[in-house]
Amino acid sequence: MMDTIDIIKPENKVYGKPRLMNDNAMHYCPGCSHGVVHKLIAEVIDEMGMAEQTIGIAPVGCAVFAYNYLDIDWIEAAHGRAPAVATAAKRLNPGKMVFSYQGDGDLAAIGTAETIHACNRGENIVIVFINNAIYGMTGGQMAPTTLIDMKTSTCPYGRNVALNGYPLKISDLLAQLEGTYLVTRETVHTAPATKKAKKMLRKAFENSMAGKGTSIVEFVSTCASGWKMTPDQANKWMMENMVPMYPLGIIKDK
Amino acid sequence: MQHEIIIAGFGGQGVLSMGKILAYSGLMEGKEVSWFPSYGPEQRGGTANVTVILSDDRISSPVLNEYDIAIVLNQPSLEKFEKTVKAGGVLIYDGYGITQKPTRKDIRIFEIDAMNIATQEGNAKAFNMIVLGGMLKITPMVKIESVMAGLKKSLPERHHKLLPMNEKAILRGMELIREVQ
Amino acid sequence: MAEEIKLMKGNEAIAHAAIRYGADGYFGYPITPQSEIMETLMDEKPWETTGMIVLQAESEVAAINMVYGGAACGKRVMTSSSSPGISLKQEGISYMAGAELPGLIVNIMRGGPGLGTIQPSQADYFQTVKGGGHGDYRLITLAPASVQEMADHVALGFDLSFKYNNPAMILADGVIGQMMEKVVLPEQRPRKTEEEIRREQPWATLGRPESRGRNVITSLELDSSIMEHNNIRFQEKYKKIEENEVLYEEIECDDIDYLIVAFGSAARISQKAIQLAKEEGIKVGLFRPITLWPYPSKILNTYKDKVKGILSVELNAGQMVEDVKLAVECKVLVEHFGRLGGIVPTPQEVLNALKEKLIR
Repeated sequence: MMDTIDIIKPENKVYGKPRLMNDNAMHYCPGCSHGVVHKLIAEVIDEMGMAEQTIGIAPVGCAVFAYNYLDIDWIEAAHGRAPAVATAAKRLNPGKMVFSYQGDGDLAAIGTAETIHACNRGENIVIVFINNAIYGMTGGQMAPTTLIDMKTSTCPYGRNVALNGYPLKISDLLAQLEGTYLVTRETVHTAPATKKAKKMLRKAFENSMAGKGTSIVEFVSTCASGWKMTPDQANKWMMENMVPMYPLGIIKDK
Repeated sequence: MQHEIIIAGFGGQGVLSMGKILAYSGLMEGKEVSWFPSYGPEQRGGTANVTVILSDDRISSPVLNEYDIAIVLNQPSLEKFEKTVKAGGVLIYDGYGITQKPTRKDIRIFEIDAMNIATQEGNAKAFNMIVLGGMLKITPMVKIESVMAGLKKSLPERHHKLLPMNEKAILRGMELIREVQ
Repeated sequence: MAEEIKLMKGNEAIAHAAIRYGADGYFGYPITPQSEIMETLMDEKPWETTGMIVLQAESEVAAINMVYGGAACGKRVMTSSSSPGISLKQEGISYMAGAELPGLIVNIMRGGPGLGTIQPSQADYFQTVKGGGHGDYRLITLAPASVQEMADHVALGFDLSFKYNNPAMILADGVIGQMMEKVVLPEQRPRKTEEEIRREQPWATLGRPESRGRNVITSLELDSSIMEHNNIRFQEKYKKIEENEVLYEEIECDDIDYLIVAFGSAARISQKAIQLAKEEGIKVGLFRPITLWPYPSKILNTYKDKVKGILSVELNAGQMVEDVKLAVECKVLVEHFGRLGGIVPTPQEVLNALKEKLIR
């Protein structure tokens, strides 16, 4: 058994907060996937030695304040426009590493056109896509990815196909485009899943710097608050309900 | 000295490019010039027109209500612009497709048989240059050398082989134009 | 080297001037009557010479947000469109104002509302100088009246927008965009290097070196007390612009009984109208605002004691006339004359209106 005094010795350190994550207290709810994904991005950027060359594009939605937590340069985009903003940032600065970080409403509803066309042009950017099937920031409204019969504040009796259409499997759609190089769907609800997700993120960022086209890493995620569950329940619900609709794994890898 | 000209006809007759060449010719002589086209779907099959002004002084309005010279190449244009020629001004028309001839008595009227001749002589593309030549015969506002210099300037290099044919057309127009009234 | 005089359309002049200014990027979407701007840029291939990027976006919305992204990186970026497309760009313009980003937007106006017509109009005056997008912001607005000014205002617009970190607009119409005139293009300037941008725009998001904290470009501030503070800062900036950047032209304004106020193409037409008026012995001058915001209210105010009446000539139903009335504090008769929906009035119509509305 080590003493507390030994545990905090640097040589005994087994885990640390990524260097690029600052001390600002996160506004994310307990059990939310955002924090973990932020951490993975911070680690990948740092491990690639690209901290000084990275530009992040923040969305509108829960991750609007992503720029408060990662100590890199950030541009906060209008709702859904992150891929357009990222397009210009990358085209005008081909040597920089540019990524957008977007939720399902941002990427797959209001910003569908920007997403599809950035991917179709094969912009050398990474799109990090958080799919939790709900609008978290605005208080739990229906998202394009909300499951059939799933209840939200704007479909309080459950998503009705006749009224609202079907959950949008946008990543599968984007994989059809010539401009996308890597499209994969991950989770961060367990340590092994998180480890695998990090590998895919690294691959995506490397692709962008190698000029291979657009890489999309979707994270099937939880929204414990929006789903009105405990974090534990949310993880379980996600695996039982979200994953069958949004199967995990590589959708496309050229 | 200021020359205020309207050129009007069907889209595709080279109305806008005739105006452009005239404007370039003025530019070659150091004149102030303006070229203002009708634009949009009119360019394709409908009627097109362009206002060209050549002047020794700064040009105020590129849009005018009356003109020193109107060149009209179809019936709708004749009807629209005959009344806009200043008293004592010049109206030039190509008889091809004109069913109702101009009627004003206070202007000089010229006819030029450019369309028929251009087609007969296998030079339909230079139709507008024949008309331009006709106008320059009546009102030599720019020298032919300036027109050729302007053409050279406005045409992409790959079309420079067409220059002699255009010059011929201008000279032909000078022969063809005749005063009706 | 002698300056070369060229003959080109106003739209083409904007494209050439942008390249020569050393602009870094253009993002656009086709719409009549301004498509020649992007067509000319694509034809010139500046990415092979100056390194300027030209990209056809999927929509006007995307294009203005590309401008937002480029501007955030401290780059000289621009877009252009015509009225319906400019309505779509209002989102991005408001965000640029809120994030204090420089950038140039060109509006070659056509008649509205709605899809309207493709013919010239000045009916977007209100949209441009009174708001357009949401929030308390101002857009630096330049109104060129010639092809030469179309070229000159590219540099002026960029310079002002970078001086104040605020978007600027060139507000012209189908007449100025489509007409050809003589133009002398500016000398080619080099594009700014990354080092220059890092020095001159220290806020630019070009990657965070260890020596500074992260740069964040955002218009968001949920704390209202801070947001009010931001707004007060914007207002102070706008006041400074109003004090320092007003531009106008007075044409034959000595010893006159009447004054025409007009901008852009309406000013050109009115200039001919005042010549026609002089031939009839009417003493009338022309006042041409070059900046529509900031509006030349102070100088226009001095005319309230000099003339018997003012006619605001516009290609709309009466928009700028409100600013003319405010400028002269309604102490002199102010009337409006305009044609609507894409009809361009002739100089004679302007003269007739002057006589009917002011002289009677």
